[in-house]
Amino acid sequence: MRRIPVWADVVLIPLINLLLAVFVSGLVVLYIGESPVKAMRVLLQGSIGSAYAWGYTLYYATNFIFTGLAVAVAFHARLFNIGGEGQAGLGGLGVALVMMAWDWPHWALALPAGIIASALFGAAWAAIPAWLQAKRGSHIVITTIMFNFIASALLVYLLVNHLKLPGSMSPETPPFPPGAHLPTAHEILAWVGVKFPKSPPVNIALLLALLAAFAVWVLIWRSRLGYEIRAFGHSEEAARYGGIAPVRIIMLTMLISGALAGMMAVNAVQGEAERLVLDSVQGAGFVGIAVALMGRSHPVGVILAAILFGMLYQGGVELEFEMPAISREMIVVIQALVILFTGALDNMVRLPVSRLFHRRGRGGGRAGAGGNG
Amino acid sequence: MSFMQTLLGAGAAVAVSAASALAEPAIIYDLGGKFDKSFNEAAYRGAERWKKETGENYREVELQNDAQREQALRRFAEAGANPIVTVGFAFASTLEKVAPDYPDTKFVIVDMVVNQPNVRSVVFKEHEGSYLVGMLGAMKSKTGKLGFVGGMDIPLIRRFACGYVQGVKAVNPDAVVFQNMTGTTPAAWNDPVKGAELAKAQIAQGADVIYHAAGGTGRGVLQAAADAGVYGIGVDSNQNYMFPGHVLTSMLKRVDNAVHDAFRDGPGMSTGLVVLGLKEGGVDYAYDEYNKDLITPEMKAKVDEARQKIIDGEIVVHDYMSDNSCPVK
Amino acid sequence: MSAEVTRAPGIESGEARAAPPPALRLVGISKSFGPVQANRDIHLEVEKGTIHGIVGENGAGKSTLMSIIYGYYQADAGEIEVHGRKVEIRSPQDAIAAGIGMVFQHFKLVENFTVLENIVLGVEGGALLGPALRRARRMLVELARDYELAVDPDAVIETLSVGLQQRVEILKALYRHADILILDEPTGVLTPAEADHLFRILRSLRDEGKTIILITHKLREIMEVTDRVSVMRQGEIVATRETAATSPEELAELMVGRKVLLRVEKPPARPGDRVLEVRDLCLRDEKGVERLKNISFDLREGEILAIAGVAGNGQSELLEVLSGIRAARGEVRLGSEPLDVARPDARLAREMGLAHIPEDRQRRGLVMEFHGWENTPFGYHHEPRFDRGWGLMDQKEMKRDAAGKFERFDIRPANPDLEARSFSGGNQQKIVVAREIEHNPDVLIVGQPTRGVDIGAIEFIHRQLIELRDAGCAILLVSVELDEVLSLGDRILVMFDGRIMGERRPEETDERELGLLMAGVDPGAPEAGTATGAEGREG
Repeated sequence: MRRIPVWADVVLIPLINLLLAVFVSGLVVLYIGESPVKAMRVLLQGSIGSAYAWGYTLYYATNFIFTGLAVAVAFHARLFNIGGEGQAGLGGLGVALVMMAWDWPHWALALPAGIIASALFGAAWAAIPAWLQAKRGSHIVITTIMFNFIASALLVYLLVNHLKLPGSMSPETPPFPPGAHLPTAHEILAWVGVKFPKSPPVNIALLLALLAAFAVWVLIWRSRLGYEIRAFGHSEEAARYGGIAPVRIIMLTMLISGALAGMMAVNAVQGEAERLVLDSVQGAGFVGIAVALMGRSHPVGVILAAILFGMLYQGGVELEFEMPAISREMIVVIQALVILFTGALDNMVRLPVSRLFHRRGRGGGRAGAGGNG
Repeated sequence: MSFMQTLLGAGAAVAVSAASALAEPAIIYDLGGKFDKSFNEAAYRGAERWKKETGENYREVELQNDAQREQALRRFAEAGANPIVTVGFAFASTLEKVAPDYPDTKFVIVDMVVNQPNVRSVVFKEHEGSYLVGMLGAMKSKTGKLGFVGGMDIPLIRRFACGYVQGVKAVNPDAVVFQNMTGTTPAAWNDPVKGAELAKAQIAQGADVIYHAAGGTGRGVLQAAADAGVYGIGVDSNQNYMFPGHVLTSMLKRVDNAVHDAFRDGPGMSTGLVVLGLKEGGVDYAYDEYNKDLITPEMKAKVDEARQKIIDGEIVVHDYMSDNSCPVK
Repeated sequence: MSAEVTRAPGIESGEARAAPPPALRLVGISKSFGPVQANRDIHLEVEKGTIHGIVGENGAGKSTLMSIIYGYYQADAGEIEVHGRKVEIRSPQDAIAAGIGMVFQHFKLVENFTVLENIVLGVEGGALLGPALRRARRMLVELARDYELAVDPDAVIETLSVGLQQRVEILKALYRHADILILDEPTGVLTPAEADHLFRILRSLRDEGKTIILITHKLREIMEVTDRVSVMRQGEIVATRETAATSPEELAELMVGRKVLLRVEKPPARPGDRVLEVRDLCLRDEKGVERLKNISFDLREGEILAIAGVAGNGQSELLEVLSGIRAARGEVRLGSEPLDVARPDARLAREMGLAHIPEDRQRRGLVMEFHGWENTPFGYHHEPRFDRGWGLMDQKEMKRDAAGKFERFDIRPANPDLEARSFSGGNQQKIVVAREIEHNPDVLIVGQPTRGVDIGAIEFIHRQLIELRDAGCAILLVSVELDEVLSLGDRILVMFDGRIMGERRPEETDERELGLLMAGVDPGAPEAGTATGAEGREG
């Protein structure tokens, strides 16, 4: 089997992918008559050029860490969870219901409640496709996609008919009580005497996301369940032989995956909006797929990829403000190009690179190890 | 840590310098986009008029989704834009949250009331304008059957519908008005295909005048009416020109004036509630070269008489939003 | 080490122009994959109109060499000559154009096409199918007459027996005007009778002037059918012999590089109590096909019960049912405890003292992407000694356990950190064997323990099985290799079509009798001679 060094796998190849994407995006920008250099500068300045920019980039990254981890965990069991969008949406519903149920006295109580509610709702939404896959063999890609639509319809129905304030015109819940407010980076850093702008929504959920990433690492590479998940993912036949029940693994993996996706709502719904609006997920469920692919389903990779996509999102918003000629559709095109190159076209780069390493490795092998074999 | 502080400090400095550098006004369009030929486009025209008059620049952004409202507001506020006009009721809850963080910035919201000291809330008496176009519609209708296609099913749009029906009944108490709403989410503002379907269904039931209050969705309504050889009634902007001979009139809602005035008043503008009705020139019906052949002098005389009576307070058009109900169906 | 060639007439004759040039001549072929040199400076001449055998252990480089000849790989160095002309072979298309045909171990046929459609596939020679099909049909009739290659041209592939499918592969090559035919392990899936038929076909092809290269690890076949044989070891051709002038012992020694015991020495079995009782086991698969039909037998401690049969006659399913992977109907008792075959549970079966060396170590026995040390506790990973609390696994203990097993079973390279897939077939199998044997099971179920395993490892694994038997373990052995069944089994059951055809004692039977049973014919039964199943579709 051809193998390439780890650093090439996790750093070099994503970097090449990214550069290709940037190059093609530059061509697109050039085509509409704008300066790609300026666009690039706006994108970078707007996403990492100031504390304000970092505040938004990390806020978006937090969303993507959760959804990326969700996809990554499922992927270790070779389950392609496309349903992050719906699971995160339901997670938002869970958060909203719990936050509106009680006048929360303090965030230290509201945070765990939000975590549990979002995780439970997200997991519950993943449980049905998981059960259909485990027991009926209905393909999880199809069912999770379907469940995105069902989730969206369900949320519209609930927001329009039950959750919105009577007489209010927007399909959104009333604001959560002040006690449900999560500390933002501005407030947290103020405790240790560091100034941070007030407006960016990055909040304590970022720490939760990092914690979740560590927990996923322990789960996958240190726990018995993770061992079984990986075995099942690599070979279902081997897993059956090893006494690992596929139904149990599919269910548990998808519940964990759904819970992670759902927990995104702690950041987006409880942390940022502080009420449930339509489309609170903003496509983060799908971005999670690209994040997991690019992060090679490893928590560290997921965190890095999530920050990259956070930059792309925040930078994209800045482009909208700073360069109105680049329409919002164009920004979606650029974001899609990055996803295309880093996710779908990964093998386009991987193959030549591994061939390169293979050729180099063979030269070394011949010179150094003439006597073996 | 010290590196962190340097970094953060530098960032804060950038933000501050940005704030003092710019004092351009800014406008945030609602979902549906600024070229919806209706509500958002009216706002856009107001901003452009101000630009032409003063030669100064303004900043603008179109939203991609609901969750972006807060970031857009904060982004302009941070950048020092002043005043910031938000076009649409959906900004209300976000503005309620954001406005207190920027006490030195003035905000304007259209179609909704936000009680903050630095917010000007502009609302229109759409029922008054709708009453007038309802009268015209009833006078034009041969079948005695009229249609109404709303965008998103919210009290604001029911206010349009209620005023319209009152106007229809004032002319012809036996007339029937079919009412349909396109949807329950903001997507209903930009679904011309469904708008056309609803209009066709109403035409099939005999409607020969159809009024829409549906933003971008209304394009489909007017198109369907024109295709069927009946009359449509436009809304917000003057849409008479879109299908000459088939757009009976348009219920003008002078969002452009609201935007233009806010830009003109600048950072020192007054805040609080502004209600624009017929009297204030905030709403009206459109009469121009495209529809002057459709409206006979008798029709015009009759509707102008009612218009004056409303201004004088002799006719009071019921406001749906005052009690969330409509006396007529 | 350079090639030791006993007789090399090709070299002189090529220059003297008296005799025709060799059909295939390889000059200095080398090929490496990363640090592994799969072929090293191969020189080989195959004379026209001969059957040339190539033997070697797994990983000796036979398949790589054939893939180079057929254009799947390209050699790093060296030349290929066909009938004295140098050819560049960059793809299978080039190979076919040069008159080389190949019959793979795993057939490359479109299952739901007919024989005729498969034969013309890719060489239709035009937009219309009609002319090609008529041509092919004419040719099939001729070939059937000339070489005993009869197949119904309109039969759908998936309804044909394995032997007939193989015949279609040969026909495909001949239809493409192959006159050098390479067969890779062709008898692995055949009954002895089918294998004999294949050899008759090969001989008549040779007599017509075709050249045949036969790759196999079965020395018996080499001796029976080839004219000449080349032995490969570690990427090199170490010897070429006239078949008539060599012996299986010499070839085995050349393959391994040392003296090998071909026969397993074992003391007589001393069977004890019955530990596994199987009664009326029935299994119907998802398609509704009956795979197991009322299987009943007993297994005692201290004995090896061998099950012979052609692959695909229910042995795999039997192994899966007994090891708790697949559900069935029937009664099974393990010791005194009943084993619920309707609700299979591999973990429970293990906890009841049943170990399982599966048929397919790459898909089942190992997780190929796992490190060695992750594979050694596989299936036993619930045991308390691997538990560190909080649901975490004790990786130190896993690694210590792996290091011990690697040492005791001489697994090479002795590095448990490598992924399972980087080990050779024999060493992979040793990992599985080490894991299952070291748990001292009461019952060991073994499927094809030496498939794709080199001779050295075969010896080692056989010795381990016998030691385990003598320690009192009851062993159920399933193998398609009659040699293995005869030499290891204390009793032999033959399976055919999901049934047990009969029980024999190794000392009272021979390959011929077992071969008939494997084909569904009971020589002792009154209806003997009415062949069914695989043989029945011929002619």
